[in-house]
Amino acid sequence: MNEAEIRATILRILGSIAPEADLAHLDPDTSLREQLDLDSMDVLNLMIALHEALHVDIPETDYPKLATLNQAVAYLAQRC
Amino acid sequence: MADFVMPILGADMEAGTLVAWRKKPGDRVERGDIVAEVETDKGIIEVEIFTSGVIERLLVEPGTRVPVGTPLAVVREDRAAAPVAAPGPPAQSRVRISPAARRRADALGVDVRALRGTGPDGAVTLEDVERAAAGRAAEGPVDRQARMRQAIAAAMARAKREIPHFYLGTNIDVQRAIAWLSEQNAHRPVTERLLPVVLLVKAVALALREVPELNATWTGDRAVPSAAIHVGVAVALRGGGLVAPALHDTDRRSLDDLMRSFRDLVTRARSGTLRSSELSDPTITVTSLGDQGSETVFGIIAPPQVALVGFGRIVERPWVVDGAVVVRPVVHATLSADHRVTDGHRAGLFLAALERHLHAPEAL
Repeated sequence: MNEAEIRATILRILGSIAPEADLAHLDPDTSLREQLDLDSMDVLNLMIALHEALHVDIPETDYPKLATLNQAVAYLAQRC
Repeated sequence: MADFVMPILGADMEAGTLVAWRKKPGDRVERGDIVAEVETDKGIIEVEIFTSGVIERLLVEPGTRVPVGTPLAVVREDRAAAPVAAPGPPAQSRVRISPAARRRADALGVDVRALRGTGPDGAVTLEDVERAAAGRAAEGPVDRQARMRQAIAAAMARAKREIPHFYLGTNIDVQRAIAWLSEQNAHRPVTERLLPVVLLVKAVALALREVPELNATWTGDRAVPSAAIHVGVAVALRGGGLVAPALHDTDRRSLDDLMRSFRDLVTRARSGTLRSSELSDPTITVTSLGDQGSETVFGIIAPPQVALVGFGRIVERPWVVDGAVVVRPVVHATLSADHRVTDGHRAGLFLAALERHLHAPEAL
């Protein structure tokens, strides 16, 4: 899967977690949790959905490496 | 015969709209089956039945808004209708109601037999009648967000008016709990990982066994302790508002089981598909601000409960261990309690028990 596809997958999942969010204007270099007001259950659901969509296992200690959209794309691109 | 009635899903609820029937006349129902969907300020709620039998008649059409306590269907119960008592006065005269409330009900056209009284011995009060009439009249194009705000306002104003709150707080070192959790999660697939809140909730449930008067329901003149511990967990909804559905039998379930139920509850709370029993029977509430929140919360008790436990964000703080200052993850735990039911000494014992349980995470 290329980076554009990974990015689209992340945005699709975020859209289901934060349906009211304006994802078109998401800043790709600012924390997703801050911009989208995600709590720890939202983050867990994001990780589970990424695991199911991309078949990547993301250890809990790596969660900070997926803090922004650009970081998440880079992290996942190396692993799938 | 038994009536299946519009349930009270929280102290603040006055009326609900029947959205759909899941059963039809002639259908068999077992205790716990979902019989109807009801729209309230907390979203669409799946309403369970508490008797087993056969649906005899449906009394209310989908789309109708009715006060709580209104019969929605008649159920022929399994137990062969054993005559419970000698032939007595007709049902209507058994309604306990004050003369003033009776006059007001007649004036407003409220059927007092359909009301659940909140006065002494379940008597219908003037306030019950007014509330039922208001609920019936409140239909209108008010959106769900606004109605939820109103419901929270009503419940919290009542809590602050009627419950003499007092508050205790203590800092708890959660190093062992967090280390144990990280170790567990390192070996688990992402679908089976635990969140810290599940440990906090389980520790509350175990501590309640030691100070059981905090796990109770206020009935108008006294608290009735609950044998079961159903911790209601406050869930913030996107866009504002919150609900606190119950994790049933919290003290008797494993952390894995609680985590699965909690994830399911949060998902359904946010999509607006909770079940009636989850909203109507929490015996205490826990509010946990999570890792984006403030350090301390002093919550308002949700009537008819008598206590609420609050947890702030887990933060690293200087902590004294064996005479030396070290850095530890610390959570500020608070207890809001009803002074009619308990006092500072017992409340302090509860927080001490909570701390002890959080220091032994492997036993949770």
